[in-house]
Amino acid sequence: MENLIQKYNDKLFKHGLTERDAPLIGTLDAEIIWNRTNKTTNILEKLFKTLNINSIIFSEPAEPYKTIIEYLTKTSSGIIYPEDCETRTFLHELPYTKNFDAQTITNILKERKSLIIPGHGIITFGTVSPEQAFVTFSSVCFAVYIKFFSDYLEHKKHKTITNEEEKIFNKVTLMINPYPEFSFSLMKGPFNKEQVYKAMDEAGKITVKSRLVDSYFGNISYLIDNIIHISQTGSSLDELDGYIDTCPIDNSSCAGITASSEFSAHKQIYLDINKTAILHGHPKFSVILSMDCNQRDMCKYKNQCHTKCPYKRFVNDIPIVPGEVGTGPYGLYKTIPSAIKGKRGVIVYGHGVFTACEKDFNEAFNNLLSIEKMCKQEYFKRVNI
Amino acid sequence: MFGWCGKILKIDLSSKKYDILNPDINILKKYIGGKGLAGYYLKDHITLNWHDPDMPLIFFTGPLVNTISPTSGRMTIMSKSPLTGTIGDSSVGGSFGFSLKRAGFDGIIITGKSFDPCGIEINNKNITFTNASSLSDLTVNEINNLIKHKGSTAVAGPAAENGVLFSNIVIDNHYFAGRNGLGLLFSSKGLKYITVKGTGKTKTYDKESLKKARQDIFRLTFASPVLMGELGISNFGTAALYDLIDNRRMMPTDNFRKTHFNNACSMNAHTYKKKFNPKKQGCLGCHILCKYITEDGSSIPEFETMSHFSALINNNNISVVMEANKICNEMGMDTISAGATIACYIEILNKKLSGSDIISILKKIGYAKGIGNELSKGAFRFAESKGKSKAAITVKKLELPAYDPRGALGMALAYATSTRGGCHLRSYPISHEILRKPVSTDRFAFSGKARIIKIQEDLNAIIDSLTACKFIFFAATLEEFSKVYTSITGIETTAQDLLKIGERIYYNERIMNSLNGFTKKDDDLPSRFFKYPGTSGNNIDIPPINRAEFIKTLENYYKIRGLNINGIPTKEKSKELELEWKI
Repeated sequence: MENLIQKYNDKLFKHGLTERDAPLIGTLDAEIIWNRTNKTTNILEKLFKTLNINSIIFSEPAEPYKTIIEYLTKTSSGIIYPEDCETRTFLHELPYTKNFDAQTITNILKERKSLIIPGHGIITFGTVSPEQAFVTFSSVCFAVYIKFFSDYLEHKKHKTITNEEEKIFNKVTLMINPYPEFSFSLMKGPFNKEQVYKAMDEAGKITVKSRLVDSYFGNISYLIDNIIHISQTGSSLDELDGYIDTCPIDNSSCAGITASSEFSAHKQIYLDINKTAILHGHPKFSVILSMDCNQRDMCKYKNQCHTKCPYKRFVNDIPIVPGEVGTGPYGLYKTIPSAIKGKRGVIVYGHGVFTACEKDFNEAFNNLLSIEKMCKQEYFKRVNI
Repeated sequence: MFGWCGKILKIDLSSKKYDILNPDINILKKYIGGKGLAGYYLKDHITLNWHDPDMPLIFFTGPLVNTISPTSGRMTIMSKSPLTGTIGDSSVGGSFGFSLKRAGFDGIIITGKSFDPCGIEINNKNITFTNASSLSDLTVNEINNLIKHKGSTAVAGPAAENGVLFSNIVIDNHYFAGRNGLGLLFSSKGLKYITVKGTGKTKTYDKESLKKARQDIFRLTFASPVLMGELGISNFGTAALYDLIDNRRMMPTDNFRKTHFNNACSMNAHTYKKKFNPKKQGCLGCHILCKYITEDGSSIPEFETMSHFSALINNNNISVVMEANKICNEMGMDTISAGATIACYIEILNKKLSGSDIISILKKIGYAKGIGNELSKGAFRFAESKGKSKAAITVKKLELPAYDPRGALGMALAYATSTRGGCHLRSYPISHEILRKPVSTDRFAFSGKARIIKIQEDLNAIIDSLTACKFIFFAATLEEFSKVYTSITGIETTAQDLLKIGERIYYNERIMNSLNGFTKKDDDLPSRFFKYPGTSGNNIDIPPINRAEFIKTLENYYKIRGLNINGIPTKEKSKELELEWKI
């Protein structure tokens, strides 16, 4: 477990989720192991005694998450309710408490996967691996970011901005890093069976490095001779070596049962349009803008936008579609393929962006990046109205 | 009362009389239902011989059954296992649990012994005993056809009548309470069948909240590739695992002497679907629907059956697998034990068997004739009788299923610690070691596995007590199911509260096994896995299991589970879990 502690300590920093070596990470098998100890570990060790868990991450988040969380906890009453897809599906809600004591923390973590303690940080846990704690930590950061900027836009439109909110907005806006400019090219396709793994690995890494996807979300695929090469479920796009499944498009083997939960959406895109490479990330401003809808207040589906949005919506030329992860009645495999035809990509409500192209991942990555840049520009245009 | 009926039907077959028990709410809160409550009622009798008339045969549903909770159609059947001598429980689907709750009962406890073969017919509050002598020697399917109009059915087949130690109780003709030989215990009580029909409803405390929790669970299951994905078990049945397990070089082949089957790609789930064109079915109350039935009423084999009747016995003929599965189902025999016992026989015989040989031997086992009579006692007893005990790949005399432990070291530990012997479902580490849920763990490392296995055992114990299906936990968690439980019963709870109850239920099983003399020496794997490698290839190395690391991890498990160094429950831990310690 020591190697996993080090891995996620490094990864939290690398992904911009915490400052370097800020996290306390503990794992418990027969004995508790911490990456370091301080006065807080005494409190956290009590959690290991009272909860059936095997790992804990506790850390103050890096900026801008720290400032956003401080603000949201001040203006919410006990629980923060983001509306993005990750929260809706996996986290449900984000509880917080001002009491930094073992009993209070235990009581909340008995029910939910994470806990925010303003002024201290975020606590998350795993029952089989610190990876769960990392994924949850990352999802909390993503969710609060989306919520803050979405709320701000909404409040701006309704002219309900407070001075405090304006102040925080100005502060965190200055902390947003510009998206990187790339002058180089990714591997050139078309790829054969030997090349494709390296090409997917390269594209995955650059997508994460560009902060177009956080944590263990997002996915990538490539079609060769009716075999879909696709990242595995829960894999990290910057660690794809050994985590790519090969799935015959006719489903003649189930060896890819561990393929991404978006396998059906990828497959349907390949079946419906002439593409060979698909990239899916969770770029933040694309997600934020997907949730900005002027019709919402009057819409009969106003609480079901993610599944039943009846409007044809766009950010400039990019369609926004509803749909849920997987193969359910509102599965993305039903909404994305027709929408992506002839477009640079598609934004899924509250979720992320899919891009599809031919030959290799250059166009898919560039489109993902350009859509996000466009959404960011559009966001600031909208809030300045 | 919300969730529970608050009534248990207690039947004495010797006198053909019955009584109603009204369990205290605190007992229900403490053990929930399913295997938790069954274990509570079994404990005082666990040292009796399995065929003692006073040994109870227990059927229990849980508070979620007969509600709109996802996968709530399951129940547990429990007693002492004739095959292993351990506690013997089996979670089983179909509609029996639903019907029992509709009839107004949380469970049935059967003791005594009928002089003549008998049936029990439950129709709401009316309980009738019938003479079932005319059903002797009929197959499960034949019996079912005669009684299915009376409601949901539980049947013992010819194998049970003939003393097969791994005979099943068959629910609704297609769902099997297997692995422990409970069919034999059912039959030893003079029981041939039970039918149950009811019209009542289970009261739900907060219907709106239940709908919300249900929706959250549905969303998660639809996002799960293993459950509802195109390649998942909803589309192919559990057979969907066949390609993957072989691909990961952990498919038990040639009686666990290899871990890769060359013919796997032509005998996979896709091939069955194409060849037999089955239709999807499932347990009542389930939206996953992982059961596949052909037009002539035959079941497509489950993954373990497919694997053991092909790779484990070196059979390349898909029709033989189908026929073997059909024979086991109609005779009422556990397919894993049957396949593994034949594999053991082949190894000792040192000769390949043809498809017709396999079919012929299976029939002989079911009727306990000739060599079949010897094999009907299971691999352990057969191999020992031949002086070749190493050919029996068993843990606590229970034949191992279709995951070679050299390919997943958490599975190795879980086989060893399982309270019912070599079973994959107590902890099911395949979930994280292979299927990547909730996240992936390193399948070739023991590090961290002791605690993971313990936690997952507690989890599965509570799942089997609520009762729900373990499969749905590839996607959902107790975070969502605790909301379901609270919505139904009105009892405030959390995921961790339920996990703690799971810990109590599992520890209770360790206590019962200890009372029957089970210790550390029984928590072990066959020596083959420590001495010989599996079949490496496909850039995957399958070395033998490092015995020293295995022992160290087992000792860590004891420490985490609160057992002494010999694997025996302690007074202190029993007290902490509010269990009676009487070892």
